Amino acid sequence: MTTTLLDPTGELDPVQRQPLAKPARLDGLTVGLLDISKARGDVFLDRLHELLGDRGVTVKRYKKPTFTRPAPLELVQKMAGEVDVVVEGLAD
Amino acid sequence: MQFPDGIIAVVKRDCPTCELADPVLKEIETRGLPLTVYVQDDPGFPSAARVVDDRELEASFRLDIETVPTLLRFDGGREAARAIGWHRGDWQALTGLEGLGAGLPEQRPGCGSKSVEPGIAERLALRYGDVVMPARRIEVATLEDPVEACYERGWSDGLPVVPPTEERVYRMLQGTTRAADEVVGLAPPNHSPCTVAKVAINAVMAGCKPEYMPVVLAAVEAAFDPAFCLHGLLATTWFSGPMVVVNGPVRPAIGMNWRGNVLGQGNRANATIGRALQLIVRNVGGGRPQEADQAAFGTPVKYGFCFAEDESTPWTSLAEDRGVPRERSAVTLFSADGPIGVADQKSRTPEPLVDSLAGSLRAVNHYRLGNAADVVIVIGPEHGRVFDQAGWSKADAVAALHAATRIEGIDLGMGTDDDAPIAAPAAGGTIPKFREGGIHLVRAGGDAGMFSAIIPGWLMKGSLGTDPVTREVRT
Repeated sequence: MTTTLLDPTGELDPVQRQPLAKPARLDGLTVGLLDISKARGDVFLDRLHELLGDRGVTVKRYKKPTFTRPAPLELVQKMAGEVDVVVEGLAD
Repeated sequence: MQFPDGIIAVVKRDCPTCELADPVLKEIETRGLPLTVYVQDDPGFPSAARVVDDRELEASFRLDIETVPTLLRFDGGREAARAIGWHRGDWQALTGLEGLGAGLPEQRPGCGSKSVEPGIAERLALRYGDVVMPARRIEVATLEDPVEACYERGWSDGLPVVPPTEERVYRMLQGTTRAADEVVGLAPPNHSPCTVAKVAINAVMAGCKPEYMPVVLAAVEAAFDPAFCLHGLLATTWFSGPMVVVNGPVRPAIGMNWRGNVLGQGNRANATIGRALQLIVRNVGGGRPQEADQAAFGTPVKYGFCFAEDESTPWTSLAEDRGVPRERSAVTLFSADGPIGVADQKSRTPEPLVDSLAGSLRAVNHYRLGNAADVVIVIGPEHGRVFDQAGWSKADAVAALHAATRIEGIDLGMGTDDDAPIAAPAAGGTIPKFREGGIHLVRAGGDAGMFSAIIPGWLMKGSLGTDPVTREVRT
């Protein structure tokens, strides 16, 4: 059973929560690359790191201990404090 | 829902009067009248032949039953007569049968109908009633905590809000006679139409009780008055937020505080009325910090600031001064920064007390700044007594404070040349620290402590900014 709430706002935004706006350019931003510890995710992220580096973008690397669980809070907070954008390698 | 013609009874097993009257219902049926019994709890209880299970309470709601047993007569699909509880005379008149319930007492009062139990009545009104609730429905998944859901949607000022369910909002709307879809005004900064329903939703979230609604509505109306300039007050880089001062009989009626810790925490009405107004600015108006709200520092006042005036003093009340008679209730809105305490434990006559207050007042905003923000001074009981014992009226005190707060400074005002040297001496003479009408005195506070509180407001005032606004509290 769901709970129904009444919208307290001026209803100018859609009902569904909206993702944060994506930046148009990466100039001056720091990009985090998150390896979720799935096989060969690092290969993909290494290449991405290279390509971003070529364009002069600052890159920071992070790794989840295991892909089976959500990222530890500490890691999430660390990333939130250090980067503007995160690329997450999800696939095998 | 159609009701059959003939005699209708609404009963529940959990009612001694219904048990007492059950054989009489059987008797009515036996004597040939068409009888239908609606039962609210146990369908196996009535001994009559035609029993309708009303555990969902729809029939009870539609028949507007407040007491069981209730006996009705329907003719041509419409109610023709009604008797409440067991009353032989009424039942005989309604059925046209003599000698009903021989051996029973003449009368017995009934019990409360399940359809009017607290919490049930709202649910029934929402399910079966003609309820207008002009607001989008937002479904929160079973595993989602509704309080967290409110946070995630950005509806909170940082403190938990009460999730605005339909039942809670419906209950809140019972606190006012105004229609849910009536537009109270346009909420800045987005100029979104703010309906009574939106006020109720945010009042629920703030923690208000339904009986606070008329005060919240009056505060919202006052805030939306262009003279109050809520848009600018929200957008300013200065500290201020709206402050609500309540006068009149509504103060004790809803349990407001004007005594100890009057400007502090701990009183539900004081805390939630001011918060409701600020949640409306945030949610309906879309005014959020670091967005349209450009305050450099802000103030704890902006979580909501509301208190009542002590009207047991010889002085006229704030609302009276502003044209609302004492027997009626009103709110007055000011812009407000945090309170600044003034301690004077020595003065026993008004003159040195005025001198003390004036010294602190002259430093408000900046010690050389003339034409500064308006101020509200909350005079505590022990300072108030000094004025009262000397026979000073409020007007006497205000005039003395104006005279004592003239400064040797320059009228920097606001919107003046940015490069004006702030410490430059005046070219002789003094200038008023506060504009005419810019000092407001309010009585409140705890008995012990020879203190008063200075509450300065937004630097922009009058035609360039805000003016205090008073609105009568209606229903």
